Amino acid sequence: MTVKIARRPPAQDVEPSGMWAHDLLREAVAGLFARPVRMALTVLGTMIGLAALVATLGLSRTAGNQIIARFDELAATEITVSAKPAPEGAPANELPWDGPARIARLNGVVAAGTLSNVDVGEALVAATTIRDPQRRTEFKLAVQAASPSMFTAVRAKLRTGRLPDEGHSKRAERVAVLGPNAAEQLGIAEVGRLPAISIGDEVFLVVGILDSVQRKHALSSAVIIPEGIARRLYHLPAPESVVIETKVGAASLLSRQVPTALRPDNPSGLKVAVPEQPQTLRAGVRSDLDVLFLMLGGVSLLVGAIGIANVTLVSVMERVGEIGLRRALGATRRHIAAQFLLESATMGVLGGIFGASAGMLVVVGVATYQKWTPVIDPIIPLLAPVIGGLVGVLAGAYPALRAARLEPVDALRSGT
Amino acid sequence: MAEAAAHTAPIPMIRLAGIGRRYGTVAPVVALRGIDLEVRAGEWVAVVGASGSGKTTLLNIVGCLDRQSGGTYWFDGIDVAALSDRQRAGLRSRRIGFIFQSFHLLAHRTVLENVMLAEAYARQPRAGRADRARAALAAVDLDSRTDFLPTRLSGGERQRVAIARALLNGPDLLLCDEPTGNLDSVTTDSILELLDGLHRGGLTIITITHDAGVAVRAERQVRLADGQIVGAR
Repeated sequence: MTVKIARRPPAQDVEPSGMWAHDLLREAVAGLFARPVRMALTVLGTMIGLAALVATLGLSRTAGNQIIARFDELAATEITVSAKPAPEGAPANELPWDGPARIARLNGVVAAGTLSNVDVGEALVAATTIRDPQRRTEFKLAVQAASPSMFTAVRAKLRTGRLPDEGHSKRAERVAVLGPNAAEQLGIAEVGRLPAISIGDEVFLVVGILDSVQRKHALSSAVIIPEGIARRLYHLPAPESVVIETKVGAASLLSRQVPTALRPDNPSGLKVAVPEQPQTLRAGVRSDLDVLFLMLGGVSLLVGAIGIANVTLVSVMERVGEIGLRRALGATRRHIAAQFLLESATMGVLGGIFGASAGMLVVVGVATYQKWTPVIDPIIPLLAPVIGGLVGVLAGAYPALRAARLEPVDALRSGT
Repeated sequence: MAEAAAHTAPIPMIRLAGIGRRYGTVAPVVALRGIDLEVRAGEWVAVVGASGSGKTTLLNIVGCLDRQSGGTYWFDGIDVAALSDRQRAGLRSRRIGFIFQSFHLLAHRTVLENVMLAEAYARQPRAGRADRARAALAAVDLDSRTDFLPTRLSGGERQRVAIARALLNGPDLLLCDEPTGNLDSVTTDSILELLDGLHRGGLTIITITHDAGVAVRAERQVRLADGQIVGAR
């Protein structure tokens, strides 16, 4: 058989070896899929890492959003009005006693009540008149005066007994409601036997014990008495604050209307505390959660990277003969390094794609189970393949370098 | 006049002058020493010698897979020592074909893909690559095995695939490292027939072998012993 061979003229300029990018990609992909099970297991490592990253970030967003949503709802519907200190010599800026009634007429108000700290001097609160030297029976507890509607405004929940009403206040009756912590300190668990407490020398009948309050948490440890008795016994000059619960979305407008409703003659003498901007609060909480979960995801990703590095290194050692062949066919060190880098980067990208998908499924699954709204920053699943690719490149750098450093003669000697 | 002179004194395809190769520095092992050899275009030279005589080292230097420690090597008039690594790789991809004793086929790629691989590093256009590879396979009578994996081929067929791959880029020089070392006598004959056909077509071939039956097919034999040329005929 005669095979015709074309002869080239001698050339002084030797063209360097070259490779098209798509050829490089094809060789890398073919190299990867030559051992599909191993590749799948390696990708699994990165996938788990990135799935953990996406899932933890997604869950932190979702959980954070849930916490914030609840907090927002509470915070965004609360307004507290108090009097500003008056300039020296000027009459005091005082809140009116009928403030809650004035405010209740405004659209968007759910409940409003007055709340004041009562100055009882050094008086201690005790549940019994017997002084037992063996145990403490007197406590320094805050005493607060409240209008009946205040309990609604702070979302107080009654454990036992009843709450004081307008009648108690108007008649200045000596009744008191205990916050849950105060009741525990005083050793009062129920009001069936008409327990009494003394504030200094003044005796009050405990008519109710609170279970919890969602606003003004200081009330949990306080003795709450009606305004009427506070005015009579302790000369409370004016309410210290007005607590208002609004409908959702009404707080902002009401915060501008309330001062005029309370003190049309001097609205600027009042200070209105409006809810904190939810966005700021949300960012703060999320930031705390993100740091924690990013650390967890980072560790997972590191494990995935070590997996890629390990498998790529093993692959280089197993494919020494192939590297020798490629060098004999004209591959440069750069071609060899690029192929192995591309293989490890491809594994990283695949891990990123599958990991992002798995992570999102986890977030959606958990959110569905918890009846939450899943929240995922769209940039995170999009970034996952990029991060995976970078991890792949970093993890594959050393094995690729080792592959490129192999001398073709030594590599060929190892066989295929 | 110059043209006439060129015809009368053509540049040899391979010219080795005083080529030596040492490995290591502390207690160097001398694999080759003072090799002077010329191979003209279209010539078939067999390098023979016992194991460890330096045959493969010589082939590696001629194939630009290794660098000599001393002496000068001109490939088609080009001083190879002056070339960069990328240019040497360029020579391997475009002008030199290799055939190995152990075939060096990629087990997970089809016969066609194994042959096409040769063009990947020669930056040949992708269009028509499969057709060119099929043509190369047809030239070695393997056009019916294009989609087979090498593991399904016999030893002789694998070596034919390797020959097709070596020929795909139309090399000027074919280097054969014990091309029939893993083959039976019948298959050996068919491979030697194939090489003979390539030689008749004008291809320059250097074969290293310790098989006298293979060496006699070449036009010229060079005998190596202890890294030196000890005889030629």
